[in-house]
Amino acid sequence: MLLAVLRRAFDMVFVMFGISVIAFLIFFATPGSDPSARIAGRNATPEMLAQVRIAFGFDRPLYVQYGRLMQRLFIAQDLTSFVNRGQKVVPAVLQATPVTLCLVFGAAVIWLTAGISLGIVATVFRGTIIDKSLMLLALAGVSMPVFWVGSVMNLITQSRFHDTWLFSWVPGLGYTSFFESPSLWFKTLVIPWFTLSVLFIGLYARVLRASLSESYQEDYVRTARAKGLSESRIMVRHALRTSLITLLSMFGLDFGALVGGGAILTEVVFNLPGIGRLTYQALQNLDLPFIMATVMYSTFFVVLANALVDVAYAWLDPRVCDAR
Amino acid sequence: MSDNILEIRDLTVGFRTEQGPVEILKGVSFDVKAGEIVSVVGESGSGKSMTSLAVMRLITDPNAMISGTIRYKGRNLPGLSAREMRKLRGRQIAMIFQDPMTALTPVHTIGWQIAEQMRVHLGLGAKVARKRSVELLGKMGIPDPERAYDRYPHHLSGGMRQRAMIAMAISCDPAILIADEPTTALDVTVQAQILDLLQDLRREYGSSIILITHDMGVVSTIADRVLVMYSGRIIEHGAKSDLLDKPQHPYTLGLMRSIPPMTGERPRRLPSIPGSPPLPGKRPEGCSFRPRCEFSFSKCSAVPPLYRCNEQFAACFLAEHGSHQWQRNLAEERTAK
Ligand SMILES: Nc1ncnc2c1ncn2[C@@H]1O[C@H](COP(=O)(O)OP(=O)(O)OP(=O)(O)O)[C@@H](O)[C@H]1O
Ligand code: SF4
Ligand SMILES: [Mg+2]
Repeated sequence: MLLAVLRRAFDMVFVMFGISVIAFLIFFATPGSDPSARIAGRNATPEMLAQVRIAFGFDRPLYVQYGRLMQRLFIAQDLTSFVNRGQKVVPAVLQATPVTLCLVFGAAVIWLTAGISLGIVATVFRGTIIDKSLMLLALAGVSMPVFWVGSVMNLITQSRFHDTWLFSWVPGLGYTSFFESPSLWFKTLVIPWFTLSVLFIGLYARVLRASLSESYQEDYVRTARAKGLSESRIMVRHALRTSLITLLSMFGLDFGALVGGGAILTEVVFNLPGIGRLTYQALQNLDLPFIMATVMYSTFFVVLANALVDVAYAWLDPRVCDAR
Repeated sequence: MSDNILEIRDLTVGFRTEQGPVEILKGVSFDVKAGEIVSVVGESGSGKSMTSLAVMRLITDPNAMISGTIRYKGRNLPGLSAREMRKLRGRQIAMIFQDPMTALTPVHTIGWQIAEQMRVHLGLGAKVARKRSVELLGKMGIPDPERAYDRYPHHLSGGMRQRAMIAMAISCDPAILIADEPTTALDVTVQAQILDLLQDLRREYGSSIILITHDMGVVSTIADRVLVMYSGRIIEHGAKSDLLDKPQHPYTLGLMRSIPPMTGERPRRLPSIPGSPPLPGKRPEGCSFRPRCEFSFSKCSAVPPLYRCNEQFAACFLAEHGSHQWQRNLAEERTAK
């Protein structure tokens, strides 16, 4: 057990190292992406450029630059922005994390509940009009781009219908911490939650529907019927229990990616100061320290989610432990 | 009459398909007495599984058309509500399937699956159900049943899984056990053990067993009575000894000739009678065995009814007047061996 954990941890460090090197090379060493030019500004004289280059250490060999960057990011934690001088990277990331966590966690509750319910209902009514219309609806959900849904939501709740009783409760864009005002926190997040869930509700409902109807073709469901079990028991204890394995691994990966900054569009549209928006701003300004930090951060969550999914998988699917 | 525990009359199963309706079973009628082992034989596609699924009302295809009566202890199964039927399944009539590899839910332990059935039907508590499951596993000859209870299906060999399936099927002491080719997926030595187990069950619990098989060797080992199916009909039935000694229907004769030698490897499928059975949609007019029958004659363009000869019934015009030349030949072949 301890060995497995250690191996996991080692894998994680290794992957993060690899990603950091790649990201570093892309942003610092690609020809034409000279960071000092950006820092010095558009009308910089060659002297100023040279000065910046020395001040920021861009004249040093790449591996030294990489080492210093990593040292300042992880050990000293005093890495500062290239764009907003003096803004420290690590506290900014730590500040953005709870926002993203709140957003993704709330959305996950919604999409799991709705996605699983829809998948089950569609399977129970498989072949009927109910099944078909639900699956069509789910497909629509999958096909709608998040930023479009978000913008429409904003249009409806912030301007068009904001003055009606329906949406007058919706606060302006932005984020309020839970500890400041729980009710305001909830109100600012409800609409982003639903916006972010739409895609996943559709996706999970369709995947579950497919997986469940596959289960229903299996011999063991016939056995369960032959045993005289009720339909609901067959669904929950036999078909769904088996399909959950697929769904869970999907969920882990999606959740990890979203916490790692994958909710970027939702955060930007609703002006939520989370990791996604931080990444977005960093990319817009080509603010390299921030880019490196957010890349590392999201890698961490994606790899962590992967590890957790593997553990959960072995726990849900008894066939897995033996295969390894 | 009254010792019939199951009476099937005119069971007909068809499916609506794109090429129009096809009839899979045509007027299947037979009885099962308490405590007897009835064997259903026939080539692939003859409708053996369909018959058993129809009895259990497990044909879930929405395009199925099912008619006929199936009386279990006097109650007509097709007329029961889904709920009443559920109470019967697994409790009064239990079923085991051909492939023990896929017939158990992979994410639950075998013990849990056996206990589940007893908890649902007998309302047992978790502890009692567990204890009884362990006992059953032990009775089925599974070594170390206490540990086997907590094993998942993929931990067990095919033979062990089939034993677990049987343990599950008999857990609520059903009056009828339908076994659809329970040994086909297993190797020969395991086959023999499973057959022994089924015979023990009959002796110990007095349950009737409907044993579906391809294998005339299996039939000659354990059956009391034999039903021979061909293209969706029962074409011959009778007591095992009668049927094996003097088959009335040429198809049964063909099957008999294919009984493998008592020693050595048993082939998986029967050595074939020349030709192959017609597809359900393309059955010939008259006797459906006609294209493959070496004795066919003018009369055979009509559908032969079941002719009775003592306690033996055969759907062949040759059986109209009793024994035939080929029966004598068969007897000679036997004595020569
Ligand atoms: N849903 C369906 N629609 C149409 N035809 C079907 C359907 N299900 C089964 N059949 C047909 O019913 C026929 C009888 O099948 P069945 O499984 O009863 O045969 P069997 O005697 O058990 O054969 P085997 O020895 O291969 O198990 C087959 O020809 C099959 O193609
Ligand atoms: S009825 Fe005719 S064709 Fe059919 S089995 Fe008998 S002899 Fe052969
Ligand atoms: Mg079959």
